[in-house]
Amino acid sequence: MDTASLIFYLLATLLVIASLLVVFLRNVVHCALALVSALLLIAVLFVTLQAPMVGVLQVMVYAGAIMVLFLFVIMLLNPAALERQRGLWWGFGAMLALMLAGVLVPLVMTNDLPADPVAATELFGSPEMLAKSLFSDFVLPFEIASVLLLVAIIGAVVLAKREN
Amino acid sequence: MSTDLLRWIPLIPLLGSVINLFFGRAMGKQRAGALASAAVGASFALACYLFWQLPATGIFRDLVYTWIQSGSFQVNLAFQVDALTAVMLLVVTGIGFLIHLYSLGYMGHDADMVRFFIYLNLFIFFMLVLIMGDNLLLLFVGWEGVGLCSYLLIGFWYHDDNNTIAGNKAFIVNRIGDLGFIIGIFVLVAELGRQGIWTLDFGELQKHVKMLSPGTITLITFLLFIGATGKSAQLPLFVWLPDAMAGPTPVSALIHAATMVTAGVYMTARLHFLFALAPATLAVIAVIGAATAFFAATIALTQNDIKKVLAYSTVSQLGYMFLAVGMGAFGAAIFHVFTHAFFKACLFLGSGSVIHALGGEQDMRKMGGLKTHMPKTYWTYVVATLAIAGVPFTAGFFSKDLILWQTFSHGAGILWGVGLLTAGMTAFYMFRQLFMVFHGECRADDHAKAHLHESPAVMTWPLMILAVGAIFTGWLGAPEYLWGSRWDHWLAPIFGPAAEHHGTVSTELLVTALTLAVVAAGIYLAYLMYGKPGAQTAQQTANGIFYDISLNKYYVDEIYDFVFVRPFTALATFFASIVDPWVIDGAVNGMAATVRGFSTVWRGLQTGNVQHYAAMFLVGALALLAYYLGQLS
Amino acid sequence: MIALHYYLILSAVVFAIGVVGVLIRRNLIVILMSIELMLNAVNLTFIAFSRYLGSTDGQVAVFFVMAVAAAEAVIGLAIIISVYRHRQSLDPQEMQLLKW
Repeated sequence: MDTASLIFYLLATLLVIASLLVVFLRNVVHCALALVSALLLIAVLFVTLQAPMVGVLQVMVYAGAIMVLFLFVIMLLNPAALERQRGLWWGFGAMLALMLAGVLVPLVMTNDLPADPVAATELFGSPEMLAKSLFSDFVLPFEIASVLLLVAIIGAVVLAKREN
Repeated sequence: MSTDLLRWIPLIPLLGSVINLFFGRAMGKQRAGALASAAVGASFALACYLFWQLPATGIFRDLVYTWIQSGSFQVNLAFQVDALTAVMLLVVTGIGFLIHLYSLGYMGHDADMVRFFIYLNLFIFFMLVLIMGDNLLLLFVGWEGVGLCSYLLIGFWYHDDNNTIAGNKAFIVNRIGDLGFIIGIFVLVAELGRQGIWTLDFGELQKHVKMLSPGTITLITFLLFIGATGKSAQLPLFVWLPDAMAGPTPVSALIHAATMVTAGVYMTARLHFLFALAPATLAVIAVIGAATAFFAATIALTQNDIKKVLAYSTVSQLGYMFLAVGMGAFGAAIFHVFTHAFFKACLFLGSGSVIHALGGEQDMRKMGGLKTHMPKTYWTYVVATLAIAGVPFTAGFFSKDLILWQTFSHGAGILWGVGLLTAGMTAFYMFRQLFMVFHGECRADDHAKAHLHESPAVMTWPLMILAVGAIFTGWLGAPEYLWGSRWDHWLAPIFGPAAEHHGTVSTELLVTALTLAVVAAGIYLAYLMYGKPGAQTAQQTANGIFYDISLNKYYVDEIYDFVFVRPFTALATFFASIVDPWVIDGAVNGMAATVRGFSTVWRGLQTGNVQHYAAMFLVGALALLAYYLGQLS
Repeated sequence: MIALHYYLILSAVVFAIGVVGVLIRRNLIVILMSIELMLNAVNLTFIAFSRYLGSTDGQVAVFFVMAVAAAEAVIGLAIIISVYRHRQSLDPQEMQLLKW
């Protein structure tokens, strides 16, 4: 087994463990921390997949900004009690998810997928490539995304305002 | 002259009815009645004019507008006047006019007089549509219309439930006959249509009916005759006519003697070409006619109500008319319609005069000795009674004898015998009535006696005119050995030349002599039992089983009630109280309950819990994915 | 070299775990976090395909997914704050007013 595979298997295992922790830990803050670690692991996976720019963005935006926001809100609301568990429903949900995985996995195992990656240039995944694509082919979605973020900000302010 | 004139004959009475409907109250009773009478009088004048003009052209037609147009099937609102219609027109409008005048006196004290004249004019309108229509459908419209007016007029004094029940009975029994009529029309149209001819015009029918098979024609004529049985009160659908006497007497005179009940005879005469092709039906008609004549006469023998005697007498005379039809002697049948209209109307109006004089008394056992108090009524009544009995040289003599002769000479010996006996009974019960009402001691109670008076001129003049008609109208149809028949000559364009003599003059004279003998016997028997002074009190005690059966009209109404009405009512009650709430409502409510049941079950899905909903999304997505997985492999 | 399949299977597994979280946790914030997990799994799929097909379109897609996820997280948290103010609870089981 070569290095790349080893790294991959390691990262995959850790990712799965982190996800399980997110879902099954009882303390909300612990869950948040688990999610941060999951996000970081994914960022590393991105880098291994020759998408350095996106990987860095993942760290900065997702793990950095969004998770901080989550933590703010958790601290703000300060939920006191820990959740109770309901066995039947947990079992049912877990089963459904297993079924989902069971259906998805064979679906993605179709044979007409490329096994080996296409030879990549050095520039692949770099900011230049991303920027070229973003500002020429995808300029409209880009602008709309900006508007979307503006709307989100306004919406959040309105929704979370303390009523006088 | 313009043929547009034709449409005015029915239209003027219709207008009279409508004007009285809207303005009658305001005009006042007398003026409304005068308007109605004038309307019918105007129609009569027009009818006379047409009658005078007719021989030149043979037939008048007036197309008002096209009523039904469907493919090649066309039915018009069109009137025609030929020799047959002209005769009927004179009867309907002439006698109708006299009865309108009579009603001005008879109904003069009635608060609802305006409504009476509205209905009466409406009746004249429908009767005219019936006889003037140039196609079978228009005839049927008139047929239904006169049935409606009959119902309205029988139940005229509706505050008494018995009158409305009688009206209902008339309408419902007629309806049963009309069902046969309608089905007959349908079969006729369908069968002719199958041959490619789509029409109900009388002229067209006459040209094409030979295309139909004899079996079909027999079926059609039989169905049409069922309709005639209802309208013209033959066995078994005659039961409404005696009860119809609940209506005012002018109504009985006009509708149930002179005009409406003869519609069945008119219909068969109009369609004579069709009936002539169905000897089986004609045989049935003859038998029913003779049987009805006999049967009704036996009931009339014992009745005590003055109008009931006349009602059963009408049924009996209608039987004679159908006997003539059954023999194929359509001319003779219409001749009897014509003469009968005069003397029967005279009898009914006379009885109305008596009832009016006695302040409403109708039981003959409480009458008697009225001839001194009401001479005009008495003498006209005598003339009419002589006519109906068939005394020589009265109208009834010529028409009835013609029918009996036609029956005999066509070889129907048994039917002739029945007709002969009936003639004897007719003479008997009519003279019984004459003696009971006008001769002997006056048995009326004191209240009625004080009220007794001859009727006013407006009532006695129509009586006198009708009495004259009761004698002289018969002279139009005298047999060959006297001065010949102008009647047959007049109707020749329709029915063909008069049938040749089947027998010799001497046979005919012999038959006539037999008839006269029977009639004389009847009159003498009546005189013995009722006419001789002191005889009447003796009759009160004569009661045998036949008397009871006859008096109770053979319990026909009770039998019908038991056999038909009760099972039907039971069935209707069953449907109303069991099928309707349980089955029909049950089905509808059951569906609603089922839906409600299902919804109660499915409601459980709406838990309000978002996670449950998410799970449901997932299940759906899983199903889809599984399907694609299946597709792939 | 690692075949594409493995990345996709990993992604599917993480996605399924995220679904479990959405279905069974009774804390709104954790539910939202599970949703973020699902989105990231999808991002992983995009990047994997982008690498293996040699096209930057996948990375651009991830870029947009991130932007939208940010917006959605913001609004979601604002709503959670609103709800908490009204109901003093973050348990979705206690918010069943639309029950039949």
